[in-house]
Amino acid sequence: MNANTPITHTQAETGLIARYDSARAGFAGTDAVIALRDAAAEQLRRKGLPHRRVEEYKYTDLRAFMKSSARLSAAASADEARAVLEASDGFGDLGRYRIVIANGRFVEALSDVAALAGEGVTVTDFTEALGGDNGAALLAIPASAEGDGTLALNTAFVQGGVMLSVREGAEVSKPVELLHVVAGEGAQVTRCRIAVAPGAKLKLLETFAGNTSSGETNAVFDYDIADSAELTVTRLIDGDGEGARLFTTLARLGSEARFHTLGFIAGPSFVRNQQFVAFAGENSEARLFGVTMARDKALADQTLIVDHAVPNCSSREFFKTVLDDEARGVYQGRINVAPHAQKTDGEMMTQALLLSEGPEMANKPELEIFADDVLCAHGATSGQIDEDLLFYLRARGIPEDEAKTLLVLAFLSEAIEEFGEDDVTGMLEERVRAWLAARS
Amino acid sequence: MPAVQETIDQVKAIDVDQYKYGFVTDIESERGAKGLTEETVRFISAKKNEPEWMTEWRLEALRRFKTMDEPTWARVHYPKIDFDELYYYAAPKSVEGPKSIDEVDPELLATYEKLGIPLREQEILAGIKPENRVAVDAVFDSVSVVTTFKEELKKAGVIFCSISEALREYPDLVKKYLGSVVPVTDNFYATLNSAVFSDGSFVYVPEGVRCPMELSTYFRINEQNTGQFERTLIIADKGAYVSYLEGCTAPQRDENQLHAAVVELVALDDAEIKYSTVQNWFPGDAQGKGGIYNFVTKRGDCRGKNSKISWTQVETGSAITWKYPSCILRGDNSRGEFYSIAVSNGYQQVDSGTKMIHLGKNTSSRIISKGISAGRSQNTYRGLVSAHRKASNARNFTQCDSLLIGQDCGAHTVPYIESKNSTATFEHEATTSKISDDQMFYCQQRGMSDEEAVALIVNGFVKDVIQQLPMEFAVEAQKLISISLEGSVG
Amino acid sequence: MLEIKNLHARIAEDGKEILRGVNLTVNAGEVHAIMGPNGSGKSTLSYILAGKDDYEITEGEILFNGENLLELGPDERAAAGVFLAFQYPIEIPGVATMEFLKTAMNAQRRARGETEMTIPAFMKAVKEKAADLKVSMDMLKRPLNVGFSGGEKKRAEILQMSLLEPKLCVLDETDSGLDIDALRIVSEGVNKLRSPERSMIVITHYQRLLDHIVPDVVHVMSRGRIVKTGGADLALELEKSGYADYVEDAAA
Repeated sequence: MNANTPITHTQAETGLIARYDSARAGFAGTDAVIALRDAAAEQLRRKGLPHRRVEEYKYTDLRAFMKSSARLSAAASADEARAVLEASDGFGDLGRYRIVIANGRFVEALSDVAALAGEGVTVTDFTEALGGDNGAALLAIPASAEGDGTLALNTAFVQGGVMLSVREGAEVSKPVELLHVVAGEGAQVTRCRIAVAPGAKLKLLETFAGNTSSGETNAVFDYDIADSAELTVTRLIDGDGEGARLFTTLARLGSEARFHTLGFIAGPSFVRNQQFVAFAGENSEARLFGVTMARDKALADQTLIVDHAVPNCSSREFFKTVLDDEARGVYQGRINVAPHAQKTDGEMMTQALLLSEGPEMANKPELEIFADDVLCAHGATSGQIDEDLLFYLRARGIPEDEAKTLLVLAFLSEAIEEFGEDDVTGMLEERVRAWLAARS
Repeated sequence: MPAVQETIDQVKAIDVDQYKYGFVTDIESERGAKGLTEETVRFISAKKNEPEWMTEWRLEALRRFKTMDEPTWARVHYPKIDFDELYYYAAPKSVEGPKSIDEVDPELLATYEKLGIPLREQEILAGIKPENRVAVDAVFDSVSVVTTFKEELKKAGVIFCSISEALREYPDLVKKYLGSVVPVTDNFYATLNSAVFSDGSFVYVPEGVRCPMELSTYFRINEQNTGQFERTLIIADKGAYVSYLEGCTAPQRDENQLHAAVVELVALDDAEIKYSTVQNWFPGDAQGKGGIYNFVTKRGDCRGKNSKISWTQVETGSAITWKYPSCILRGDNSRGEFYSIAVSNGYQQVDSGTKMIHLGKNTSSRIISKGISAGRSQNTYRGLVSAHRKASNARNFTQCDSLLIGQDCGAHTVPYIESKNSTATFEHEATTSKISDDQMFYCQQRGMSDEEAVALIVNGFVKDVIQQLPMEFAVEAQKLISISLEGSVG
Repeated sequence: MLEIKNLHARIAEDGKEILRGVNLTVNAGEVHAIMGPNGSGKSTLSYILAGKDDYEITEGEILFNGENLLELGPDERAAAGVFLAFQYPIEIPGVATMEFLKTAMNAQRRARGETEMTIPAFMKAVKEKAADLKVSMDMLKRPLNVGFSGGEKKRAEILQMSLLEPKLCVLDETDSGLDIDALRIVSEGVNKLRSPERSMIVITHYQRLLDHIVPDVVHVMSRGRIVKTGGADLALELEKSGYADYVEDAAA
C-alpha cells in the first residue's frame, strides 16, 4: 500500500460521506465542535472505514462488513421509545435508576432525573453540552486512541447522549441503567460522559434495546474517574441486529481510583467493543472482564489498550470467548507500561472455546514495556471442550448436550464470578444458559 | 558445567568496546559497481558463471523489488537505506571459485583462526574426536572461501558446498527447491536477496542418510559499505537428518552495514533438520553508532509427513535485528520448534520471533523465547501461531519470557494466535520481570560481584534454550550472553 | 571477632527507625543467641551485618576483626567470612544448586587471592558435606531453592555454610518451618561447624532450637535494642514467661 494513493471509496463510504454533507447543517455544537466533526469526516474521506490493513482492525474489517450506509435515525417520541423499552427485558426486576437514550437522543421524560439528583447525580443532555463553552473538550480522545476509525465516525456523526456527574463523596445507592433504545430504522451515534468526582461511587448498567436496524450503532462512553472514586460498568451487548455495533470505552483514572468492568457480548452479527483505559494517578486499579458468545457468521471483537502511564497501578484483564458455527472471535489486548511507570502489575488472560468445526479465534495479547520494575504477564489459550471432562460427566449419566452446557457455563462463569458483581451474576449466567439453549 | 567463571574472565579480558571480533582483515578485495541496477545483478550472476535461467530469476526479483516498499510494521527505527549507495558484491581478490585449503590466502585462514574457526582439516582432526567434528563453509563478504570435510561428506552422499558451486554442479536440485519455501516476492528484503545474493551454503542430505557430522557456515562481513546477501538452502530428503550451525561476525565500523539473508529449509517425509544460529554481528558502539542491520528471512517447510524442523537462535549482535525463523507444518504429524535467546544492550533494536503455520493434521509446535533487554535497547518478540481449516489436532505451546535490566530499556511481546480449527489446542504464556533485588543480594551474600550475579541469574533464565544447542555452541553462547550484558548493571 | 557499637538504623525507603542503639560483642569461638518478639529488629540486624542496602545506618559502627564492616559491599563481606543463613532462602530458576555452590565458592576464593578449587576436589567436598545433611545429588542438580520444601531450603543453606567455611555465621530463624527430624539434622550440621576460630549468631524466636545448638550467651532484643543478656538459662526462662515483660520494658 502506498500512502499517497487516494483510496477508492466503497458504497458505504460514499454513502457516509454524503450523509455527513447533508446532515452537517443540522448538527449540534459550537464552531469548535463542528471543526472537530469536519476533521473526523475528512479522516473518513481520506482513509475510508477501518479495514484489515489497519493493524488495530486486522481481524475486524469494518470496510468489508459495511455494505451500505443507513440514514441517521430520526428522533423517537417518548411513547415510541417506551413501547420498545417495555418489550425489552434488560436487567429484569433489579432495583435501579434508569436513563433512556432513544434513537441517539436523551429522553428526559423516561429518565429518573429527579431521583438521581437526590443521590448527588446530575444528568445533562449531551447535545446541549456540545453547544456550551466546553463543547469541543467533550469530544477529546486519549493519545492511545488517536486516529481510531470508530471514534472518528462517532465524532463526525454524534447525535446526542447524556452527561452524568456524580458529586464528590456520593455513593449512589442503586445501579444506574443507561439504556439505549432504537425505535425504527437508522443509525445511532451517541456519546455519554460519566464523571465520578473524588471519593464517589457509581455502578452503571449499559443496555441496548430493540436494535434490529441495519444502520450502525456507534456508542462512546467516556469515563472520568477522579481520585479515590470507583466506577463499575456492566455492558450488555445483545439482540440480533444486522448492523455494525461499535462500542468504545474511554476511561481515565485518577489516583487510588477503581475501574471495574465487564463487557458481555451475545448475539449481534458484528460487534466491536473497544476500550482505552489510562492511569493518570498512582495506586489505582482497573479490572476488565469480557464474556463473548458468537454463533452463525457473527463477528465479536473485544479490543483494549491499557495505558500504565504512572507508577504503582495494577490492571487485570480476563476475557472468555465461546464460538459456534462459523463465528469469529477476536481478542486484542495491549498493556502499555510507560518509562518510569515502575511497580506496574499487569496480568492478562484470554481463553477461547470452539464448540464446532467452523469457528475462528484470533488472540493478540500484547505487552509493551518501558520500565523494568514491573510484573507483567499474559496468557492465551484456545481449544475445544475437554474430551476427558465431557466423558466423565457422561459416565455419570449426564447427556452430552447437557454436559456441554454445564462445561461452557463453567468456562464463562469463571470471568463472571471473578467480576464479582452479585447484582448481575445470576442474570448474566441466565443469559449464557439461554444462549446455549438456542444452540441448534 | 556452565561457563560462569570462563565468562567472567572473558568479560575482564575484553576492552570497553566489548566486541572482540571488531578487527578488520586487510586484504585486497574486488567489488562490483555501486548501486542496485540490472548491471549489478548481471555482474554478480556472471561472476558466478550462472546458467541463464538463474540470471533471469534474479532480474525478475530486481524488477519486483523496485515496486516494493520497505516494511514499517516492526518496532525498529533507522534512517532510510539508500540502496543505490551500497555495494552488492565484494570478494577477496585471491578467491576465484572453489579451491583446496592449501590455495586459500593465508590472511583469510588467519582471520578465521582469530575468530576461533580453524579451517585446516588436519588441525581440526588433531584435537577432536570424530563424532564431534564440524564441517565448515566459510563465507567472507560475498563469497564462500572454503568448505571443509567435503570429501568425507560426499562418501556419505551428503552434498555440502557453496550455493554458487551447487548452481553449477547440481542445477536441477537448486532449480527444484530454490525459492520454493521463500518465494522471490515474499517480502522486501527476501526479494532484494533474490536479486543480488552472492553466496551461501547448500546442503542436500539424501534419502535415509543421517549426516555424519555437524555442518556449519561461518559468515564474516569485512568490506566497507557492502551488503552481505547470502542464501542458504538445506534439503533433507526422506528419512534424512542434519544438524546445521551458523555463526556470524563483522568488524567494528562507524557506519551501518546491511545484511539481508534468506535461508530455506525443506524437510521431506520423516526427515529432520536442526538449525542453530549464534548471531554476533557488530552491535554498534556504546553510543549506538555503527552496527549491522540484520534483515533476515528464515523459513523451514516441513513438507513431508512426520518431518521436523527445529530452529535455535542466540541473538546477541546487530544494531537492528529483524528476523522470524518460521515453520510451515504442511506434512501430517510434522513438528516445528523455535528456541530463542535474544539479548540486547546499548542502543540495539531487536524485533524477532517466529511463525508456526499449521496446515497438516496432527502437527505440533513449540516456542520458547527468552528476551533480555539492557541499556537503552528495545527487544520485541513478534510471533504468529496459526491453525488452518484442515489442521485437525494441531498443538502449540508458547512460552515467552522477558527480562529487563535497567530502567531505560524496553521489552515488548506481540503474539498473533489464530485458530481456524476447533480441534487445535493453543497455549501461550508470557511474562516480563526484572532480576529481583533479593536474588542479587542473595548471590552477593555468597560472595559474587554484581557482574557475576547477573551472569549467573541470566544463565539460569536462558537455560531451557541453551540446552537445545549443540555442546560446543552452548558454552560459546553462554559466554557471549554474559559479554553482551557487560556493563549493564551498577 | 565482631563488635557492634551503638548501632542505629532505619529503613531507607520510609525512614522508619528499626535499630536504636545495638551494642554487641562476639568473641571468636562463641555462639550467641538473639531472641525477641516479632518486629524487635532481629532480622534487620542480620541483614545489616550482611550488607543489604534497604537500610540506612544513622549512627554507630560495626567492626569485624577490627575492620569497618559497613564500608564493604555484600560480596566483600562474604569473602571476609560473613555468612547469612536466610530465613527465606531465595529461588534462582534455571541455576542448578551445584552450579551456584561452585560459583560462590570460587568467587570467594578469588576475592581472597586463593586459587580456585579443582572440579574433582569440589565435587568431593560437596558430596561429603551433602551426605551429612542428607542432601541428595538429585537435589543438588535441581535449580537452587526452586520447589524445595522448607526443610530442604534450610538444609541447603547449612550446606552452603559448611562449604564456604565462614568466620561468622548468622543464622536467621533457621528453625522456622522445620519439623523435629529436620531440626536435628540442621542443628547437627551447625554444631559440626563450631570451632574456636568461628563465631555464630543464632537468631530465633523459640527456645527449642537452643536445645540443639546450645549458646554461650543469650540476648533479648526488643524495640531495636538488646535489653537483656545472660547465659543459656535465660532462654529457658523466656520460654516460660514469654516476651511480654520485655515489650513493656522497652516501651516504658
